[in-house]
Amino acid sequence: AMARRGKVHYLPYYLPCPEIFSMKLQYTEEKLIQLFPQLFYQQPRVLAPKRQDVLTVTPWLAPIVWEGTFDPEILDSAYRPLNLTIGVTAFAVGKYTRFVQRFLASAEQYFLRGYRVNYYIFTDSPSSVPRSPLRPGRTLVTVPIQRFSSWQEISMRRMEAISRHVAQLRRHHVQFLFCLDIDMVFHSPWGPETLGDTVAAIHPGYFDVPREQFPYERRSSSAAFIPQGEGDFYYGGAVFGGSVEKVYELTRMCHMTILADKANGIMAAWQEESHLNRHFLTHKPSKLLSPEYIWDDRKPKPPEIHLIRFSTVDKNYKEVR
Amino acid sequence: RQDVLVLTPWLAPIVWEGTFSREILNSQYLQRNLVTGLVTFAVEKYVQFVEGFMSSANKFFLAGHHVNFYLFTDSPEKIPHLQMAPENDLFVIPVQNHSRWQDVPRSHLDMLSWYIQRQFQHEVDYLFCLDANVQLLAHVGVEIIDALVATISSWQVTPQHQDNHEPPPATPGGQGDFHYTAGFYGGSVAEVYELTRACSEGMTKDRGNGDKAWWHLESHLNRYLLHHRPTRLLSPEYYWDTEL
Repeated sequence: AMARRGKVHYLPYYLPCPEIFSMKLQYTEEKLIQLFPQLFYQQPRVLAPKRQDVLTVTPWLAPIVWEGTFDPEILDSAYRPLNLTIGVTAFAVGKYTRFVQRFLASAEQYFLRGYRVNYYIFTDSPSSVPRSPLRPGRTLVTVPIQRFSSWQEISMRRMEAISRHVAQLRRHHVQFLFCLDIDMVFHSPWGPETLGDTVAAIHPGYFDVPREQFPYERRSSSAAFIPQGEGDFYYGGAVFGGSVEKVYELTRMCHMTILADKANGIMAAWQEESHLNRHFLTHKPSKLLSPEYIWDDRKPKPPEIHLIRFSTVDKNYKEVR
Repeated sequence: RQDVLVLTPWLAPIVWEGTFSREILNSQYLQRNLVTGLVTFAVEKYVQFVEGFMSSANKFFLAGHHVNFYLFTDSPEKIPHLQMAPENDLFVIPVQNHSRWQDVPRSHLDMLSWYIQRQFQHEVDYLFCLDANVQLLAHVGVEIIDALVATISSWQVTPQHQDNHEPPPATPGGQGDFHYTAGFYGGSVAEVYELTRACSEGMTKDRGNGDKAWWHLESHLNRYLLHHRPTRLLSPEYYWDTEL
């Protein structure tokens, strides 16, 4: 779901459903206590940075996760005892149900192995979702959603659907959530190094590009507007996540800004990705994932990318939309 | 910064000059309406450092933000009049002297946890402890604010210690990521409370075992931080021991 061509459609205004605004989260804040059991490993060296070729910390001191910056063993020893359940939302609407099989199979192999995972597959045809057996501790739930006429509409409604679904989750169900595109496949481990309060991923097409060239929404009439001269990174809409509370907040806020645009008869340049970027400019993510976590297989692999963990499936866009 | 480690293996940032934008961090801090406290102990001869410490802290510690300075001292009458910045508050807390110098560190920890429970937790969100015999030479800002924060000991970056030098055995078996100084640490009020309680209990236990260095705060701090890894590390820029 990386490059999309197509005209901008001005969709008609519609009234937001009132129930969204009165929905509250079912649970309250809880502090996760971290205890680290004894581990023996090489001492980190204060004057020897692991990666010198890339930025590993943002100016607001959020880590940028690249291969080599973290020790998977230390992180596993910290997170496993917490008995977490991580949720994954993915949308398989219309012809996109054909991607579910490969997505799930690769996730079973690489995504948070050893942790409890709940897959939430949002679909208009639950019967098309393959029910292959999953590893222990992992379940699949289909969430029925309405199919809309255009792929842009389907894409933007994701924020609404996710926030509505999250509002119904209980704290003991899921503590962290990732919202991923379905037309992608895992190729390498995706572990607890990705967990955080608010997590965004750097878009593979724009990590080496000055902010003037970021495809932010540049029309000031849009709620996703980011003026020239502003912007930290260009984040991809295919991967974002965080604690359930924060994901609820962010999807709800994006849904609001999308509605505001609808009311003004405008649709942002890259649909909800534009709104996501607007959100993350003011509410900076607490953790960033390098493009290893959101790759586009059509791009040649640069030397900075040591490992591709999650990447697009090659597809015929005309055929699938 | 390409010359230093800016991220621990558990993805906690290590704060060095040049890694952060205080502007962005200030706006995030202000958004959350936070109050931070700074605790110092100035007992016996350390009282002489108060004036220099307080005037530099007033100028450089979270300048522009609301800070509560908590000054524990056994001679409150010797504290000179201190000019505080309008956004800051100073609380002078009288403490009793101890006949045995070994009892001092643990009593400080116990007093601190007592006051956190009774008073500080209602007044501040984050709390830091800083030795009185220091002077701040440059701004120490909101880049230090996180759940559990420790400062890397400056000996780890002095020339003679650079290459695989053995750290003093702060922790058993030579484990340890970094050696942290007891001169500057902090975090959320809840985390600092846990830390002071744990270190105090550790001291009591070690003393019962006949450990000669049972009173050594830095060892207990390092042992605690081995099992409760800091969420943010401060580089030795934040606490430099000039004797090295």
